[in-house]
This record gives sequence, C-alpha cells and structure tokens, in this order.
Amino acid sequence: MTMPEKATLLFSEAEWDFATLDRALKVIEEIAVNELKLDVYPNQIEVISSEQMLDAYSSLAMPLMYNHWSFGKLFAREETLYRAGYTALAYEIVINSSPCISYLLEENSMTMQALVIAHAAFGHNHFFKNNYLFRQWTNAGGILDYLAFAKGYIAACEERYGRGDVEAVLDSAHALMDQGVFRYSRPPRPSRERMMEKHRKRREYEEEAYSELWRTLPAGIEPPLAPPIPDPEDDGGDMKLPEENILYFLEKHSPSLKAWQRETLRIVRTLAQYFYPQKQTKVMNEGCATFVHHAIMNRLYDKGLIGEGSLLEFLHSHTSVVFQPEFDDRRYNGINPYALGYGMMADIKRICEEPTAEDRDWFPAFAGNTDYMAILREAWANYRDESFIEQFLSPKLMRDFRLFALYDRAAEPTYKVSAIHNESGYRAVRSQLARQYDIGIAEPNIQVVDADLKGGRRLLLQHRMHRGVPLHEKTKHAVLAHVERLWGHEVDLEEVDAGA
Amino acid sequence: MTHFIDRRLNPKGKSLANRQRFLRRARAQIREAVQKSLKDAAVADIQKDRKIRISTKGTKEPRFRLDPRSGGEHDFVLPGNKEFMPGDEIKKPKSADGGQSGKQAADYAEAEDDFEFTMTQEEILDIFFEDLELPNLVRTTLTETPSKTWKRAGITTAGSPTQINLIRTMRNSFGRRLALQRPRLTDVEALQAQLDALETQAPQTEDTRAKIGALKTELAKLEAKRQWVAFVDPIDIRFNAFAEQPVPASRAVMFCLMDVSGSMGEREKDLAKRFYMLLHLFLKRRYDRVDIVFIRHTHDAQEVDEQEFFYSRLSGGTIVSTALEKMLEIQRERYATADWNIYAAQASDGYTQSGDARRCVEMLNDDIMPLCQYYAYIEILDEREMEVFASEDSGAELWRAYRTVAAGWQNFATKRISKPGDIFPVFRELFRKTESAA
Repeated sequence: MTMPEKATLLFSEAEWDFATLDRALKVIEEIAVNELKLDVYPNQIEVISSEQMLDAYSSLAMPLMYNHWSFGKLFAREETLYRAGYTALAYEIVINSSPCISYLLEENSMTMQALVIAHAAFGHNHFFKNNYLFRQWTNAGGILDYLAFAKGYIAACEERYGRGDVEAVLDSAHALMDQGVFRYSRPPRPSRERMMEKHRKRREYEEEAYSELWRTLPAGIEPPLAPPIPDPEDDGGDMKLPEENILYFLEKHSPSLKAWQRETLRIVRTLAQYFYPQKQTKVMNEGCATFVHHAIMNRLYDKGLIGEGSLLEFLHSHTSVVFQPEFDDRRYNGINPYALGYGMMADIKRICEEPTAEDRDWFPAFAGNTDYMAILREAWANYRDESFIEQFLSPKLMRDFRLFALYDRAAEPTYKVSAIHNESGYRAVRSQLARQYDIGIAEPNIQVVDADLKGGRRLLLQHRMHRGVPLHEKTKHAVLAHVERLWGHEVDLEEVDAGA
Repeated sequence: MTHFIDRRLNPKGKSLANRQRFLRRARAQIREAVQKSLKDAAVADIQKDRKIRISTKGTKEPRFRLDPRSGGEHDFVLPGNKEFMPGDEIKKPKSADGGQSGKQAADYAEAEDDFEFTMTQEEILDIFFEDLELPNLVRTTLTETPSKTWKRAGITTAGSPTQINLIRTMRNSFGRRLALQRPRLTDVEALQAQLDALETQAPQTEDTRAKIGALKTELAKLEAKRQWVAFVDPIDIRFNAFAEQPVPASRAVMFCLMDVSGSMGEREKDLAKRFYMLLHLFLKRRYDRVDIVFIRHTHDAQEVDEQEFFYSRLSGGTIVSTALEKMLEIQRERYATADWNIYAAQASDGYTQSGDARRCVEMLNDDIMPLCQYYAYIEILDEREMEVFASEDSGAELWRAYRTVAAGWQNFATKRISKPGDIFPVFRELFRKTESAA
C-alpha cells in the first residue's frame, strides 16, 4: 500500500446529496480513466426509488419496454418478496447503452453510492464497451431508440388488433426467445439508420394509403397491409436450412403470420440477440465490475478520500457479494459469478505481482508481468466466460474453491467423482467448468431442419442431443404448442444424437 | 460528460399496465384464491390488501430446457470438496434434486407450481363482486320507477312558440327571400325618396309628372311583392325538439332494521353489523351515492345513528311492524322512488308479539315490496337453534310468516345465520346472478 496522500475526505456522513455524488464521481472517474486506463461510454447516472427499481427489474432491467403480463407477474412476485424482506434489492442496475445508464437506489448510503458508481458506471461500462461479444452483437447506441419503437409498435398493434391477439404472439415469441438468436454466424444487422428509414417508409405508406372507408368495413376484414419493403437481408424465399434461429425462420417463412406479427417476432428476437452476450459473460462481466470497484475503493482510501468507516462498510458489502457457499450448504445456488469472476481477476493480479513457480509453469505468458491491468484489459476485451476460464483459471484458485468434477449418468444411482483439485485433476476440472459455461452445451441445440411449404406444411425441428441428454418432456410440448401457433400448421420435433 | 438525473419524482406505477394484464391473464386462478382467502376472514378485513397464493396454471412461461435426469450423461463442477477422491461414488439424493442442475430444476419446478403476491383491496373487491349482480336492477329502474329527463332531439316544424329556433328559422327565411327576390327595404326607401324629391319640385313639368307616374307604379309593384313574399313565412319556422328519456337512478338508500330488545345480545348484533357492512360495501360499488338509515325497534321504532344502533340496548317488547312503519314514513319523506333505489335489510332473532307477524306480512306485500329493489331478512339464531331449525320450513312465527312473503316476491329473501362463517355464503346466495335465480 502506498502512503496515504494528503487530502480531505470526500464525505464523512452516510447521507448523500447530489453535490457529494458529483465530487465522488469526478475522483472515481479520474482513477478509472487515468490509473486503471478504462475506456468507457459517457455515463448517465440516475437516482431512483425502490419501487422504480422493482419496475426496472421486472421489465428485463430496461428503462422502457413494451407491455406484457409476464412483466407484471415478475413485478408482483419481486414486490411480495421484497416487502416481506426475503430479498434485498440490487444496489444498481446498469444498461448496455450509449450513454451508459446506471441506476442508483436512493436508499444507498454515500459509501454504497460511490461503490456502485465505480462498479456500474466504470466496471460494467468498460466491459460493455470493450468486450468483443458486445461490440460485435449489440448496438449500444441504438437500443433505447429501438425499445421506444418497439413499445410504440406493440401498443399500436394492441389498439388495432386487440390485446388478446398481440398477447398470444408475444407469449409464443417469448417461449422461443432462447432459440431466437444467431449463435454462430454474425447476425445480419441492419444499420440503425436503415431500420429507421424502413419504419419511416412503412409509416408513410400507411398514411398515404389511409382511407376513411376502411373504418366502415365490418370487423374481420382487414385493410391491405403495406407491401413488404424490399429488405437486403431477405433471401427471396430460399430457406437456407438448417436454421438455428427459430424466431428468425418463423418471421421470414411462416405461412400464416400477418405483417404485424412478423414485426413482433422481430422485436422479440432483436431483444434476445441484445441479451445474448450478457448470458455468455456473466462471470467476466460481474468479475470485471467487482474488480474495478475493489481497486477504486481501495485507491480512494489510499488517497485519503474516504475514511476507515467507509472502507469497512465497503469491505462488508464486497465480501458478502463475493461469498461462495459450498455445494452442501443450504445457501448454495450454483457457482456465484461474482465470486468466481472476481477471484480469477484478483488471481491474475497476484500472478503478475507475486508469481509462484507453479504460476510460471502454468502461465508463462504473463506471470511476473508488471502491468497486470494490461493483461486484464486484454482478457476483458477478448474472452467470454468459457474461454476465459479455460485460459486463466489457476490451480491455486481451484484449490481455494475446492472444485471437484462429477460425472452423472441418468441411468445410474450414483454420481462418480471424476476429478478433484489435485495435480492430475486440474486440467480436467478446469475444462469441465469451462464447458459448463459454454452456452452451446448448457442450452439445447434446436434447429429447423425441414419445412414443407407446398404440401402438408409440416415443420420439422431437430434437437441434436449432446451426450444423450433429452429435452424436458412437459415444457417441450408446451413450447411446441407455441411453435405451432406461429407456424400455423403441424410441427414435429425429433431428438437425435449429435454424434449420429 | 456525466449527468446525474434525479428520477425519484417520476410518475410511479410504470408497471401498472403490466399488472393489469397479469391479473386478467390469471383471472380464473385469482378468483378461486380470493374466494378461498375471504371465506374464513372477518368482514372488516375485506378493506385490507392481502396476500394471494395462486397456482401458475395459465401463467406458465415454458422454454425448451434440458433434462439430464431423464437420460444421457453429463459432467458438472461443484465447489467445496472436503473428502472426495477421484473414483468415489456419491449416492444421488432420493428426491432427485441433488447437485447443481438438479437443484435448479427443483427450484424451477417449485416456482412454476405456486405463486404468491399481494393484491390491493380494490382488486380483491372487484373480483369478489364480479359475479354478483344487483337483483332486478335494470328491470325495476327502467320500467317501474323511472325518473325522466328531457333531452334535445333535433329540430321539428311544429312546436310551441317558446321553442322557436331563431337561427334556423331566420336562415330559412333568408334563403327563401333570396330565392324569391323579395325587394329590399332600402330599395323601396330609395324609390320613395326619389318620388318625394320629384313631388316637392316647384314647377312640375310634363316630364317630371311622367317620371312620378312611373316611380309610383314601380313602387306599387315592389310593395305588392313585399306583401306576398313575407319576411318570415310560417314554412320558415323551426322549433327545437325535445324527447323524454328515462334516467336510471344512481343513488341508493339502505334501510337497516334491527330488533334491539333484550333478546338480541352482543353476538347477534355483531353478526347483523357484519351483514350490513357487507351490504353497504356492495351497494357502494354499484351506486354513486349510498345513504344509510338505521332504524331500531323494540315495541316502538326510532331512527338512530350508527353508534346507537349497534351499541345501545333497550328493554321492552318486540313489535316488528313498528319498524316497517317507520321505514315507510322516512321513505315517503325523504327518498322518492323516482330518485332512489331502495334496499332494506332486517335483522332479528325471530321473536315478535303474537299477531304482529301477520300485520308485517300485510305491510310488506301491500306497501313495502313494491318500492324496494331488494328486501333481505336475516334471522340470527344461536347454533343450537340452527340445528333445531335445520329445515327451511320450520321456525318461529316471524320466519314462517316471512316465508309466505318470499313466495310472492322474487326480490325478497330470507336467510338464517348463526356464526360469522355463515355470512359470506348467505350474502352470495342472496345476490346470486339474476339468471340463476330466475
């Protein structure tokens, strides 16, 4: 630790006000940008009440969202849990957009506000801006505009076609949200301008073609819809099977959907695609943010900008965030991404600063490197959870977590311990854990393999089973009913072994 | 460039629209749960928010997911190893929810089955009253006790002079005058002025005399035309038309009648009070304005305030008909049937002076029932009596007498209750949907 530099405390009370927030932000920004060399989107920090936080929770943590009953259900549940004191609210929510919006909860103490600013407005923000998945797959600049469009579009559809019909399409689309992303090919991403242009053209057409006469038609007869506006990503009827993005396939080729229903599917899959990188980088994203706030808060203390009371409050919160219960603990609920992510990043710093012989053996590329921040920034930019763990999980951390791998065969009554945290097991445990975070394995691989557009119009989906693990029977039939609703005709799903 | 934005003052209830959608979606499950939760509750509790537990049937959100327990093989990593060595075998938990994926699956399944959340009083009442309808409401208000109002109904050609529509009349007149080229007054006056000028000229030449003659005939022609093209002709005249329209009364008065003689103890009054409260709450949801009149009686009836009604006790005999008389008197004085929907609820322990029951029946049949939307008679028994009078037909004098009234009037109901739990079912039965009652 460096000697505390001469400075006055930023704050000494738990109460916060906007002037203090502003001062804290300036200092934090200075550390983040100049010392940690983080590269962030402009920040927009909003203070909200607990009810607004619940609101944000229940609409996929987005500041605006179309209306759907499932968000109401989530809100009702979260609210009950929160009011009964079962769960505390998150201290913050951060949105991958430019400017990057972070929400601070008004009940936080000033120390917590500083921590949250460091965590969200710099940690997450840096990750959003630099990680390759986000750069490649999401459009931070356009998401808010798109959501505004989506909200308006769904509301207009509800008004025109009735809530029931719109709700039915959204229900079905939500059921397929996990199958609504492009995993391997880069998604055809229309530029925001072109999208806007398209919507503008469509609106113009509707205005031109509007006639009072249509309002006098009996219910059930629809005015002619806008002719499809030629879209460069359209492939002119060629279905290009197999197709992994089921929502995309239905949007383009379903024989029974109307134009507004296709647009609705498009909205849902655009959202799914937007959230797809977040699913693959939970450990890294939280690890990055936690590491950054830890570094910044300690620097604030070193500089004499926060007092010991604040430091202790911060450490208390920090340790509870990175707490990892053991597998036989009642509190165990999977591996805590904060714990693993932060643990690995702190470990990288240790390997750089105080490498052991083992570390030099395992990580010759950077053990003893003096600039650990450069290594971390590199990792944050170019890895996702799976590859990050495969590359950077050290034997020491495996020992600290006491990780062990189990082999499970459904037919057998026992699990078999296949590897533990010892010399012969490190590599196996590490790749096992990495695979656990591979979304291609953790989620079922379902594709559209055949669609008969001329005859019986049967749609055939195929689940390529990884090591023979089938789909959950009940939910499978429930989801298939939704696919049938969107396809309008018979839908079958076959499960085949991926090896076959 | 960083902004701090204070959003705390932004309008709340952003998720209200989602909540309404959710409630509508889960309507059937919620209704079931609300009924169940209210059945054993105290009546006063209906005014509170309460927690509702519903099954998620109808609000499931299925996704494709893997089920490693039913087939295939997989590996997973857990933290916190203490004694295991490679090759060890661990028994799978019986409930089949061990391990990471298992536990998550179990949580998932549980979450899918049951769901608890808080509903506001408003939402609960809406659902509670959903399938209860005010008996005969439409029929009686629109056919028997309508009050009427005049509404504009366009323009007619006949009517009383006070209703002449000046604008329309003058517009018609103007159009007709233009079409028939009625000479204007200014034109006539101009000719007259010319004529006067010529006539006053001192030396009248032949020429001027000829001019005067021409002007005179011209003037006479104009005057004649003005005569037969009238300024306002009867065919121009239009009248505002009005039509009578019935207005359903949006006010209700609720008469609470209760026997407060010695035989009515605290328990009986408490039961009656709960019934009145519920009835009041129910009317409150249907009418803009609800008045309550409390009438207590022993051998003599008085109008009293609520406090006295429920908490004071008088000694004396019991003559029920005095209360009915009082009610009629108050109704005549203050609550005309044209403006008020009249509801009455009477609570009693069933005893009255012998012979009085017959008089009550007469009054009900002749005077009261034609006025009332609904008349409910609640007999409060203790539980022992309830068993004795298990049959609807047996009972004290008043009960048997009222049964004859009930036979003649659909909107007259009699019920017996002995404990708080009886109130809700009775209430529902009394106000069951009219279709099923008919």
